[in-house]
Amino acid sequence: MIRFIAKRLGSGLAVLFVVSAITFFLLYMSSGSIARNILGDQATAEQVALKEAELGLDQPLVARYFSWVFDALGGNLGASWFTSEPVANSLASRIPVTMTMVFAAMILIAICATLIGVTAAVKRGWVDRVVQVGAIIGDSIPGFVIGVILVTVLAIQLGLFPATSTISPESGPDAWVYSMSLPVIALLVNGVTGGAQQIRSAVIKQLERDYVRTLRSRGIGEREILFKHVLRSAAPAGLTVLSLQLIGMLGGVVIIEQIFALPGMGPLAVTATGQSDLPVVMGVVMYTVGVVIVVNLLVDVLNGWLNPKVRVS
Amino acid sequence: MSDSVETAAVAAPAPGTSTQPAPTHTGQSGTVVRSTVLRRLFKNPLGIVAMAILLVISLLAVLAPVLAPFEENYSNIAKTLAAPDSVNILGTDSAGRDVWSRLLFGAQLTLLSALLCAGVAIAIGLPAGLIAGYYAGKFEAVSNWVVSILMSLPGLIVLLTIRAAFGPSVWISMIAFGILISPSYFRLTRTAVQSVRNELYVDAARVSGLSDWSIIARHIFSVVRAPIIIQTAAIAGVAIAIQSGLEFLGLGDPSKATWGVMLSEGFKNVYLTPTLLFWPALAMALTIGGLVLLGNAIRDALEDGEKIKHRKKKATLEGSTAAPAAARPSRKSVAAVDAGTEHHLVKVTNLGVGYPQADGSIKKVVDDVSFHVDRGEILGIVGESGSGKSQTAFSILGLLPDNARIVAGSIQFDGNYTVAPGEELVSQARLSKLRGRRISYIPQEPMSNLDPAFTIGYQLVTPMVRVLGIAKEEARKRALKLLTDVGITNPERTFNAYPHEVSGGMAQRVLIAGAISCEPDLVIADEPTTALDVTVQADVLDLLRELQQRLNIGVILVTHNFGVVADLCDRVAVMQNGRLVEEGSVRDILRNPKEPYTRTLLASMLEGKTPMSMLVSRQKEPVA
Amino acid sequence: MSTTENDPVPAAPLLSVDHLVVEYPSKKFRAKPFRALTDINITIGRGETLGLVGESGSGKTTLGRAVLGLAPVTGGKIIFEGKDISHATRRQRRTLSRDLQVVFQDPYTSLNPALEIGAILAEPLGVQGMEQTAAKKRVKELLDQVGLPSDAIHRLPREFSGGQRQRVAIARALALSPKLIVCDEPVSALDLSTQARVLDLFLQIQKDTGVSYLFVSHDLDVVRHISHRVAVMYHGEIVEQGPADVVTRDPEHPYTQRLLLASPVPDPDRQEQRRADRHRLLEIQRHQKEQAGAVA
Repeated sequence: MIRFIAKRLGSGLAVLFVVSAITFFLLYMSSGSIARNILGDQATAEQVALKEAELGLDQPLVARYFSWVFDALGGNLGASWFTSEPVANSLASRIPVTMTMVFAAMILIAICATLIGVTAAVKRGWVDRVVQVGAIIGDSIPGFVIGVILVTVLAIQLGLFPATSTISPESGPDAWVYSMSLPVIALLVNGVTGGAQQIRSAVIKQLERDYVRTLRSRGIGEREILFKHVLRSAAPAGLTVLSLQLIGMLGGVVIIEQIFALPGMGPLAVTATGQSDLPVVMGVVMYTVGVVIVVNLLVDVLNGWLNPKVRVS
Repeated sequence: MSDSVETAAVAAPAPGTSTQPAPTHTGQSGTVVRSTVLRRLFKNPLGIVAMAILLVISLLAVLAPVLAPFEENYSNIAKTLAAPDSVNILGTDSAGRDVWSRLLFGAQLTLLSALLCAGVAIAIGLPAGLIAGYYAGKFEAVSNWVVSILMSLPGLIVLLTIRAAFGPSVWISMIAFGILISPSYFRLTRTAVQSVRNELYVDAARVSGLSDWSIIARHIFSVVRAPIIIQTAAIAGVAIAIQSGLEFLGLGDPSKATWGVMLSEGFKNVYLTPTLLFWPALAMALTIGGLVLLGNAIRDALEDGEKIKHRKKKATLEGSTAAPAAARPSRKSVAAVDAGTEHHLVKVTNLGVGYPQADGSIKKVVDDVSFHVDRGEILGIVGESGSGKSQTAFSILGLLPDNARIVAGSIQFDGNYTVAPGEELVSQARLSKLRGRRISYIPQEPMSNLDPAFTIGYQLVTPMVRVLGIAKEEARKRALKLLTDVGITNPERTFNAYPHEVSGGMAQRVLIAGAISCEPDLVIADEPTTALDVTVQADVLDLLRELQQRLNIGVILVTHNFGVVADLCDRVAVMQNGRLVEEGSVRDILRNPKEPYTRTLLASMLEGKTPMSMLVSRQKEPVA
Repeated sequence: MSTTENDPVPAAPLLSVDHLVVEYPSKKFRAKPFRALTDINITIGRGETLGLVGESGSGKTTLGRAVLGLAPVTGGKIIFEGKDISHATRRQRRTLSRDLQVVFQDPYTSLNPALEIGAILAEPLGVQGMEQTAAKKRVKELLDQVGLPSDAIHRLPREFSGGQRQRVAIARALALSPKLIVCDEPVSALDLSTQARVLDLFLQIQKDTGVSYLFVSHDLDVVRHISHRVAVMYHGEIVEQGPADVVTRDPEHPYTQRLLLASPVPDPDRQEQRRADRHRLLEIQRHQKEQAGAVA
């Protein structure tokens, strides 16, 4: 098992390295006149050259990449070209906001989608039909549109929730939960509808397997078959669904934060993108990919634990 | 289900193949894209609605320059946030631009960008998937690695990076997103190709000397065609969503009218004119919804085709039994078991089993079947595929598929009805008390009937703990004893092994051990030796005989093999097309069959025939 | 066309396999390759049927596939009509396919479900460059030859039962009037009565056309019924071969002896006898093994 984890960890780090290289070269290769962009059109040629030297842009690309890597390994992701704030600091101050939301939404999705999906698979009937229709509706409306609709209807028209959620956790857990509930709902609707649908089909597939019939013939109760055998076999498929949803959500949360004016990674990423503030963009990408790799590793380990065959090979 | 099981009955397991019975291959769902699918699509109301929506939106988009009363960016500063009127039929936005015109131009851009994205994704994913699936090897390994990277990148974050690097351009961002999402086509294609690559018809084409390209074009591409259409509908929807999201953030091309920009514009003025939000949101939901519905409708149309295929297959086998549901033959309306029959261990009386069809009729797979089994007796049920022999066995176990109905007759076990006359379903309440404890089951396919995630020991111990209520330690001792009893030389090791770590013959012994673990009165064995090699079959038959005699249990042995019948059975029932043709003692039936069908079956046996003589074509040899 | 004569022609055999070795590269990095076949030597004469019998995993299917060029030959030679075909290219295979054809086990997956029967049968003809009208005529002949109605041309495989599909597969193999057909468990997936009819068809075709068969099966009864000579495979090797009557009634190799007595006969009393014979044989073989172990 330890070898298995070490192998996955190694391949995760390799992915991180490759992504960092591609992102770095993509960003710095194409933005030819970065210094000019920062200084504006009035700047003289000398000023631009000076700025380029200041930012290290006169160095060869490969050299710059490796110096970025060595800095990054020491925890230094560079500083914003516009605010001079260290990228690591601005990430650190924004990660808690984004991640509490993302993980709250993920946990709720995992619970709701599993409950609904399993119920639909076992009971069929109307629950099943609702899940099917829900999945179509959920697929049809992008998450951020749901966010916009929620704000417009529940917050602005009906005044049930605050339209923006700038309340910090210090102002009391009640108020904080209250203010965060709309963005979290906006994040999780698509996940629940899609996830329930996929978990449903995974469970149905397992229920139709031969060994389920044999277990029944041995006098094992339906509940034990469902919870011990079927769910365990369906879990890898469910985990894959959830991990893909998490990846999608790391992007979606950017728009949701923008809609609810939350001080998370979203606004940072959007501003940096608009200004071509490359160190910040680089930092955001690295951070997000890092989260994905960690989550995928967890999923792999869980799958290995659930399925003896994976563990062996 | 059981249909395929029976068809596979005679198939010897090919070396190293999966445990699935051969004819259940459904990797061909995509192969039937023919006019029938289109026709079914047009019959599906949702499919029609979806196509109508998409058609209208496409038309509006194409005709935008003609239909739109204003240029997309023409602004009338004097008339901002105006309500709808005759000039601006949907009103104007905060810069005084016409909402209707912008909506139309937005549709054009949205659809084109979705097409571009899907096009790029197909152009990369399809060929790569075909090559990786067909040739496997290094290319597949490398592509899988690239795919795993691409799939761990959140789309919007990548698009932000692209925007930072290349500036705002719908086309560049959609090309990038196309690349990013190409793994979905890659994986779809690769999986489909892999399922087909080892199909025998591809081998046959290879033997004919067809080149790889001809094989891919002729035999493989047809398999991925339909899934790709379905996938494209989904991808186009995702592309529209993410593109709009990017524009909503204000990172799109400011010179273009898009639904995302309009939504963001509406959101900024949500306190003043919330309707500005409504139109782009509706346009988006309709377009994406149309695509999603279309994908679903195509999938349904294909799956219906599959269903019809199965039904047809059944029909060819059992056509003669297709009787209307109303015609219930002689059903006895007695509440208690008939007097004088209590001593039978199992008695099946006039049993009919059927499946409700889409058109309201019921397709009978078992029709008017009666027999009984006593304690210590082995009854063989013999028949070819589709004869209903397995269905009969599963009705006694109460393990028929959910949609099966008892359409006639009754089943009694040890003097009590498990299915009383007139009951439509097997009562699970009654049978769950009997299953495992008094009636048990030996399946056909040893590997697929053990849960791969649990050790063999666990799967033997748990039923004993649940059914007999004994302690785990005691159950463990008994399980080890049972494993020894079924002829496993190292019971300790097998106890701790996972199913994939033992051979097929060993797994079948484990299943037999499980079936007798709670000392049942009746064992139902469904082709228990069919999946085994002949030499292993002989050992397993010896084991079954020895156990049956020692424990004095009743056995119902479902099989297609008269040799197995001769080896084990006391009595035989011959079934054909859901009906019981003939029943009697094993010597009577095998030596003096009365019914022509039984005679044909026996005449088809090869044992004792002159080699290289015609068997049935010119049937001269009298049956002994 | 020659007719079947049971006395062997002294000329060179149609197919001869010399010291054939087949190894599959292992999936695991640097692991030893899996050896599927070891030192196989067989010959098939014109109009002759060689039955190949063995348990699952014994390599009998692999041998058939190696002859067809569907398995990697790592050693030895496969000589067909005097030419070494063990490493034939796809182009050479195309020429070869006129004389060397195949019928597979599973009639459900050996026909492309999306193609009409006519198109399936015309495929080998088209590869050889036969023009359409001629091909159409030939397809009709073939359907007639295997006993299927001519309206089958425009129907899909799923409209046919297993036995009928196997007839289509046989027709496809016959399309180019081959000299040798490799039959890989062609009747194993069929019901008993269908199996009998398909075996009759195989025999009839051989009588009419003089084709040779390499007939792979796990069923000793089937092999005895259809073969002139029989080879028995066990763990990737041929342990015994000879005239069908001798090998399938009075075998020498312990495995073949076990195989013969393991197959149950459809009569309770004779089966009881056979069972007793089998137990006696197993006892003797166990004894011999112990003695051999003691000597060694």
